[in-house]
Amino acid sequence: MEAFILLAPFFGALICGFGWRLIGEFAAITVATGILFLCMLLSWIVFLGFDGESERITIMRFVESGSLSTDWAIRMDRLTAIMLVVVTTVSALVHLYSYGYMDHDVNFREGEVYKPRFFAYLSFFTFAMLALVTSDNLVQMFFGWEGVGVASYLLIGFYFRKPSANAAAIKAFIVNRVGDFGFALGIFALFFLTDSIDFDIVFAAAPDLAQTELTFLWAEWNAANLVAFLLFIGAMGKSAQLFLHTWLPDAMEGPTPVSALIHAATMVTAGVYLVCRMSPIFEFAPEAKTFVVIIGASTAFFAATVGLVQNDIKRVIAYSTCSQLGYMFVAAGVGVYSAAMFHLFTHAFFKAMLFLGAGSVIHAMHHEQDMRNYGGLRKKIPYTFWAMMIGTLAITGVGIPLTHIGFAGFLSKDAVIESAWGAHTAAGNYGFWLLVIAAMMTSFYSWRLIFMTFYGAPRGDKHTHEHAHESPMTMLVPLGVLAAGSILAGMIWFGSFFGEHDEVNEFYGVPVHHEADAAHGEADDHGEGVVAAVEEAAEGDTEGAVAAVTEPVTDGHGEAADTHAEPAAAADAGDHGAEVAGWSPGMGAVYTHPDNHVMDEAHHAPKWVKVSPFVAMLIGLSLAYLFYIVDPSLPVRLAENQPILYRFLLNKWYFDEIYDFVITRPAKLLGSFLWRRGDLGTIDGGINGLAMGIVPFFTRLAGRAQSGYLFHYAFAMVLGIVILVTWMTLRGGAN
Amino acid sequence: MANLLSIVTFLPLVAAAILALFLRGDDEAARMNAKWLALIATTVTFLVSLFILFEFDPSNPGFQFVEERDWLIGLKYRMGVDGISVLFVLLTTFLMPLTILACWDVQVRVKEYMIAFLVLETLMIGVFVALDLILFYLFFEAGLIPMFLIIGIWGGKQRIYAAFKFFLYTFLGSVLMLVAMIAMYVQAGTTCIGACDVSLLNHTFASTPISVLGFTIPGGVQTLLWIAFFASFAVKMPMWPVHTWLPDAHVQAPTAGSVVLAAILLKMGGYGFLRFSLPMFPVASDLLAGFVLWISAIAIVYTSLVALAQEDMKKLIAYSSVAHMGYVTAGIFAVNQQGIDGAIFQMLSHGFISGALFLIVGVIYDRMHTREIDAYGGLVNRMPVYALIFMLFTMANVGLPGTSGFVGEFLTLMGIFQANTWVAAVATSGVILSAAYALWLYRRVVMGDLIKESLRSITDMNAREKFIFAPLVAMTLLLGVYPSLVTDTIGPSVENLIADYRADVLESRTDVAAISQGH
Repeated sequence: MEAFILLAPFFGALICGFGWRLIGEFAAITVATGILFLCMLLSWIVFLGFDGESERITIMRFVESGSLSTDWAIRMDRLTAIMLVVVTTVSALVHLYSYGYMDHDVNFREGEVYKPRFFAYLSFFTFAMLALVTSDNLVQMFFGWEGVGVASYLLIGFYFRKPSANAAAIKAFIVNRVGDFGFALGIFALFFLTDSIDFDIVFAAAPDLAQTELTFLWAEWNAANLVAFLLFIGAMGKSAQLFLHTWLPDAMEGPTPVSALIHAATMVTAGVYLVCRMSPIFEFAPEAKTFVVIIGASTAFFAATVGLVQNDIKRVIAYSTCSQLGYMFVAAGVGVYSAAMFHLFTHAFFKAMLFLGAGSVIHAMHHEQDMRNYGGLRKKIPYTFWAMMIGTLAITGVGIPLTHIGFAGFLSKDAVIESAWGAHTAAGNYGFWLLVIAAMMTSFYSWRLIFMTFYGAPRGDKHTHEHAHESPMTMLVPLGVLAAGSILAGMIWFGSFFGEHDEVNEFYGVPVHHEADAAHGEADDHGEGVVAAVEEAAEGDTEGAVAAVTEPVTDGHGEAADTHAEPAAAADAGDHGAEVAGWSPGMGAVYTHPDNHVMDEAHHAPKWVKVSPFVAMLIGLSLAYLFYIVDPSLPVRLAENQPILYRFLLNKWYFDEIYDFVITRPAKLLGSFLWRRGDLGTIDGGINGLAMGIVPFFTRLAGRAQSGYLFHYAFAMVLGIVILVTWMTLRGGAN
Repeated sequence: MANLLSIVTFLPLVAAAILALFLRGDDEAARMNAKWLALIATTVTFLVSLFILFEFDPSNPGFQFVEERDWLIGLKYRMGVDGISVLFVLLTTFLMPLTILACWDVQVRVKEYMIAFLVLETLMIGVFVALDLILFYLFFEAGLIPMFLIIGIWGGKQRIYAAFKFFLYTFLGSVLMLVAMIAMYVQAGTTCIGACDVSLLNHTFASTPISVLGFTIPGGVQTLLWIAFFASFAVKMPMWPVHTWLPDAHVQAPTAGSVVLAAILLKMGGYGFLRFSLPMFPVASDLLAGFVLWISAIAIVYTSLVALAQEDMKKLIAYSSVAHMGYVTAGIFAVNQQGIDGAIFQMLSHGFISGALFLIVGVIYDRMHTREIDAYGGLVNRMPVYALIFMLFTMANVGLPGTSGFVGEFLTLMGIFQANTWVAAVATSGVILSAAYALWLYRRVVMGDLIKESLRSITDMNAREKFIFAPLVAMTLLLGVYPSLVTDTIGPSVENLIADYRADVLESRTDVAAISQGH
């Protein structure tokens, strides 16, 4: 069944892309869409019926070269199951939505057939994404990884007549390639170290990697850290993290359904998936994890600041995506992979919905995307308004504090923020504070979007506003489904993703490990004591730590706590801990190091930590209300008072300009220079100079033959043969 | 069939002879006859060569289909293939019918054109199957004559300049190789490459340091021989900095000539490294591997950057070829299974991809008679099939997984990483640059609105053109999805090569250690 889910969209793409001439346009896109809905149904069956046991389904051989031996195969575990439902659900809904949205596209001429091509790309993308998330080795993952990159390239550049779309498409591909550069080197390093690229073998070798040194470029590195770092560079590219984020906002040149599917819900989360998938490596790579947290938190903050001032409705949501991906990386970086996946899961629903809702607004407004020309659309497009409202309530994190009742984003975002706090490290604290500030800004720009679009007086072209109309059912149904997900997904699956330890472990198919379990059980009962112990241990006071736990626990647990209390012997604990747990990396969908108690810490976070994102959300909402409802002249005055800051944010911190100046232009100039000075000047010049000396000599030698250079050449060759044969004859033959 | 290799090698030559002797006149009928005869001959050659593939035993690392006959004055005629060479024979026979089809519209001296290609095919196959030094040299050097003619007679405006450059480069390399061959004969007393009792592959050439003009040369005779062969093969590959003949030759060559040049002739250099440099001069290879790795890494980045600056489509693809050959040389001199498997794979895959890319340029050159990138734009509006095929091969060229281009690049880089991480990192950056120049080219030629007046009536690919691309598309995707087809065939021979190489290098190191201890 998993193989069917994986391959069916590929055949859907072929039928749709090549078969539409035979079966007609409508039939072709219906086939592609129907296949996706079938895949969605099957994926949910797999997800809900999945027992957590990892299994492997081999499809066919791929390549064998020496010790490298790899198959096309599916690794079926909880991570795969989660991604299956996310990908197929959003994809199926986006297929359906595109019926309406792509009808009568103004970018194409009358009579041009473009819809089968669009649906074929969408289905092809889905196939590549499924290949990525189901792979059981790094090469197949790389296949999916680059495959989604191509699909993204094709879809961003779908309006092939628009120069801006073409430029954005190329930019997306190349920036992603920069990430892939790191990813590929990470794969090579892993193969070099473990002689395999299959997940099972690589994961099992993770504890050894932590104790291996590898010479890479100028220095000796800890192998696990190096590999994790290189792989994360790939994740940064795909997930548009700081420094490699510049392609994502430009990718909004693509049709809006594409933005929802690829640049919000699925492809951009592949980086987060990669880090979670490689959790056994990351768990043994503390420095790399710190780096992940810092990049994630910085991105969350940076993107949110830029999102504050953008006027294009899609760009606001794009920066919001960028920011939310940062959240996921923070959770993964502090070691709570489950929370990262939780936010990935809920984000897919509400962000896809925000994009599709924005698409519905754009559709209603005749492809106007500037929010300054919106206003008062609440009455004109009520369904879209409510969908966007639910999406905004979800992304800003509305819920009842200190309970598990709230919109999807409330539960998952709080899980991420509490996890950051629970890490109790400098990076974790950095992450915690930036994420809380980013939560405030998220709330501000999300409500700003709602207020500017749906409230106030209509602005801009009057004619457009008069003709604003609600979208067709094919577009509203997906919005409804996603709205249900945005409301409920968090509450239904909270326990599985971020509940008690055992529940989460069971969800991910992590084998029961008695002693470690006992320690965790202890942590739940006597949370404070262990927390104190770990904190003290972090300060190096081992004795104090043991003392802190000894009182309420028996000897056995004391031992367990003792193991935790020796961070200095981390290398040793790697092996030891795994032994104690009776659980080696690679069993279960995610691996958590026995010393990693961040999730339990997060559960026992103080009340002010748990409430802080909610307060941040309220502040953001109030400010937005003040700025865009109470006194709409306020933002203008503020921008006038702070022109430098405003322009800095509006121009996205000038990343594009800097890159253009530092990388793009010098590369072109260097290429031109090497060609003109290097190839044509030095090399050819030198050879021509040499030639002027040599050629006349041979010309005389060859008796000034008429046939030119060809003759020289043939002559020289025959002469050579003659010399060789003569020599051999003189020496008495070849044998 | 005991003499299958001879049949495959000389069948095209026989067809060429028939054309030369019996075909008279230059009217339309004669031209059609010439073309059809060439097409049939090359197709039959391909079909016969399939027998080699089917009968070939991949588990045997040695030479198969060996033929041996007495020849001139005590020389031997020896042929045979092993895992390293057999697929190059297939590559050649596979591409030749497509090449003939690609020059279907030629009007000038059609008969001679066909003869040139048929002779060229014989000589190219000969290079890959020859197991005697003299025979190899003959095929290797003679192959340039028809190529010369193809560029010189049917080429572009500056064909004389291109031929001049071609001449100088290859001439210098050849002279050195010839001298080296004589020296090898003197040392080993045989010209047999392999598959006989006393062969060059079995012979261990002296590697004790020697002193020339006061300089001590580590690796001794091996190093000198290695350098001589390197000079010839490096020009053929071509490696930076002796690559500058290639862009000019490509630009001036007719489409079919470019296809053969890029797809097959360039592979002779890589084949030479695998047949001569590594197994015959292992100590020297070991000494100089680092040098080759660095040259290759520089080549990849340098030529990729230069490709960015090109305004001529063929030049851009030619520079891209040089960059891709950089992976090949680096993979070979990483001397491990992934590196060499990858290098051979990359050469085969590059045969299909670069061949296809030159054909792609040919398609629009035939229509518009310009290779200037700026003369095009928005072709997708009128040529959707062309745009699709161009897209596929652009992606294959940038090494997209699922196409054969990926497997070659990936395996070689994997091998290089084990040899030298610096070189691996520099070479891997080539994947970024290749994406930049290839997509930039695609965008300027195919994407956008069609605004140029001259392109208003351009037509999409016709049936013959589609027919040429179909097998190339199929091979590119097949090898991308199921590369085991290739790696299974070449694996044992490559393994054998590496094992011998390592043993030789180890032995020489212990020798050196023993000598130094003796003192």
